[in-house]
Amino acid sequence: MKIDVLMVGVGGQGVVLASDALAETAMKNGYDVKKSDALGMAQRGGSVSSHVRLGEHVFSPIMSKGDADFLLAFERLEGARSADYLRPGGVAIINDQAIPPLSVVGDVSAYPSTREVERIIRRYTNEVYFLPGREIAEEMGNAQVLNVLLLGFLSRFLAMGEQAYIEDLSHRVPARFLELNLKAFARGREEAESRRLVKSASK
Amino acid sequence: MKRLLSGNEAIALGAYHAGVSVAAAYPGTPSTEILENLARMDGIYVEWSTNEKVAMEVAMGASYGGVRALVSMKHVGLNVAADPFFAASVTGIRGGLVVVSCDDPGMHSSQNEQDNRHYARFAKVPMLEPSDSQEAYELMKLVFRLSEEFDTPVLFRTTTRISHCKTVVEVDETPEIPKRSPKFVRDPNKFVMVPTNARPRHPLMEERIQKLSSYVETFPFNESILGDRSIGIISAGAAYQYAREVFQNASFLKLVTTYPLPRNLIREFANKVERVVVVEELDPIIEDSLKAMGIEVLGKGWVPITGELNPQILKEEAIKAGLLPKSRKPPHKRPVELKLPMRPPLLCPGCPHIGASFALRRLGFYHAQPQEDLPSRREVLGELKRQGIIATSDIGCYTLAVYPPLLALDTCACMGASLGQAHGLEKAGVANKMVSVIGDSTFLHSGITNLVNIVYNKGNTTVVILDNSTTAMTGHQGHPGTGITARGEEGRRVVIEDLCRGIGVRDVNVVDAFNLPLIEATIRRCVETDEASVIVIRGPCPLHVKGKGTSLVVDADKCDSCFACLRLGCLAIVMEGDKARIDAALCVGDGCSLCLQVCPREAIKVDGAK
Repeated sequence: MKIDVLMVGVGGQGVVLASDALAETAMKNGYDVKKSDALGMAQRGGSVSSHVRLGEHVFSPIMSKGDADFLLAFERLEGARSADYLRPGGVAIINDQAIPPLSVVGDVSAYPSTREVERIIRRYTNEVYFLPGREIAEEMGNAQVLNVLLLGFLSRFLAMGEQAYIEDLSHRVPARFLELNLKAFARGREEAESRRLVKSASK
Repeated sequence: MKRLLSGNEAIALGAYHAGVSVAAAYPGTPSTEILENLARMDGIYVEWSTNEKVAMEVAMGASYGGVRALVSMKHVGLNVAADPFFAASVTGIRGGLVVVSCDDPGMHSSQNEQDNRHYARFAKVPMLEPSDSQEAYELMKLVFRLSEEFDTPVLFRTTTRISHCKTVVEVDETPEIPKRSPKFVRDPNKFVMVPTNARPRHPLMEERIQKLSSYVETFPFNESILGDRSIGIISAGAAYQYAREVFQNASFLKLVTTYPLPRNLIREFANKVERVVVVEELDPIIEDSLKAMGIEVLGKGWVPITGELNPQILKEEAIKAGLLPKSRKPPHKRPVELKLPMRPPLLCPGCPHIGASFALRRLGFYHAQPQEDLPSRREVLGELKRQGIIATSDIGCYTLAVYPPLLALDTCACMGASLGQAHGLEKAGVANKMVSVIGDSTFLHSGITNLVNIVYNKGNTTVVILDNSTTAMTGHQGHPGTGITARGEEGRRVVIEDLCRGIGVRDVNVVDAFNLPLIEATIRRCVETDEASVIVIRGPCPLHVKGKGTSLVVDADKCDSCFACLRLGCLAIVMEGDKARIDAALCVGDGCSLCLQVCPREAIKVDGAK
């Protein structure tokens, strides 16, 4: 039994906090866990990816292409870029948000549409969910809770109980933002449920 | 209790539990968090030193004073610290001295991927390599003892994946922390390395390595795992973990003591397996040693010598080399038919280095014909020919200005090199005006002696010191120019402009990083003088200041799509159709306003202003 989760996004979106929360929650649920972030050099605006691997005994902290049971993309282009990490039949969860890199702003290259991204991902799996994460987070009052919202969405696919995440977030998130974050987490779970997407991840 | 710790967190906690009394470092990816974590622990002295050489000497002094000391740095930092590192190997130590070198295969954030395992043999010191955080934590207790028992500094070598990956660690929650009392016992034969004292030390060093060679034969963390004996894999560090994943049934010899090697253990293992395979990242160091021992081994013949390894590379290469059967699955499809735009690292919105880089880019044309071009969007991002000023650069966030659209820099080699390179270019007779660009932390790290050299030898380089009052690239550590210590306490501040005047620079200027006309005018003036000059361009790192000003906005009616603002490379400026738009969530506001200054149509203003 193993679960490989690849989280990808853009610097500043809170990918690392979400992957830390998942990894630590999994450890408390008895899994062996290894987690590896690739941040590049930029503090803001660069590609970020985070490999979280759970299992009875994990050796490599980084997964190979074709390994990922879950791809959680905080940004559409980054989701497309990492699509080949998905194993056949893996689950892709894509926040349908575009953060165009400079080459796109300068018209040197084109940003892929949602439909193009979906087509790329469907080469690897048919279980793909797009989510207007940024809009939901802004509607909740703070775009910064996007990461916890997406974590909530992902959590509905995993076998670990809701309470374990909530306990972890209570230590991780600054107290004044905790309530909003817990709401975002719950909202993420609801979004997953309302799409009747709930499945057990135990394989 | 189980905790999920990065290798660096585990090293810090392990060192603390081992009773380390003094820790010194200069920040450098991937090593920085070791000292940051130690700085949160009570009862030890922790400092950011001005550079790695100083840190090494501080740790040496503490060790001579009888207490346990740790010094940590990135791989290239050990080049800076090599002189005292070799000296410590000659003198030996009193309190345990552990030197942590964090290598960066794949160059996630480095200028090279040198393999620092060479340093162990070069300096004749023992080396250990953990393969996960649990080992890093447990080994710390052993290495200080090892250092004391054999009277030697110990090289503790990690790589990015060991330092930064988080793995589960069983932590001793009630450790008995051994503390040694500080005391310096005079022993000039040991500590004063005049030739007559140094000569008798060399045989002792050779003897020490012999003794260590026997010691490592029974070192508990070297582990032999016998499975399928047709392949026996010898590996260490992160590479061991990749190999375990890829070769699921093979036999393994995991090495933690990689210098000196446990030769008998290796021979025994080699005799038990049909074929010996070495899996190591970067150079064939274990492989060459085995070959010298007369063991037939397959190593760099199939494992790449360049770049970072991972299970995927290892698997693909193993199949090619016939070590693994061909996978029945078809090769994985890659999204090739769509060329996805890359997302290269850029300076953050509101970065105080943008204005200076933009000015240098523009002044690159200064001695050539002025080019008041109004380019299409493509040309804004494309390479434009620069002449006139040569901008030698240094190591820091500002090095990102080498990328489009800033394209401001001509060289970058290592910490402090920008000043010497500019001086050398000038003395070679190159006719261009020289500007050397260096950050505040890097200037204090290794720019000072270069500036002294320029003054002394009558150079006329213009030294631009980009002062954002922090060591930003590694995550905002203090340095002498900030006066804030590793524990976040008030130290004494070294004032950079005063320092430069003290060195003898007569033309020292301090300029606001967000005043573009003044930056340009000052550089223009300084490059025309016949003497060395310093321009301190000062502005805070936007990630380091709390709160932000009022966002700027584009008046779409006035914007005539000249794209001048895109030349700043600010992430907050995006295009909506043909018009520029400023993302209020990313814009740091009127504290920056560089885009307002470069807009020729006055289409950009502070939100709410008339």
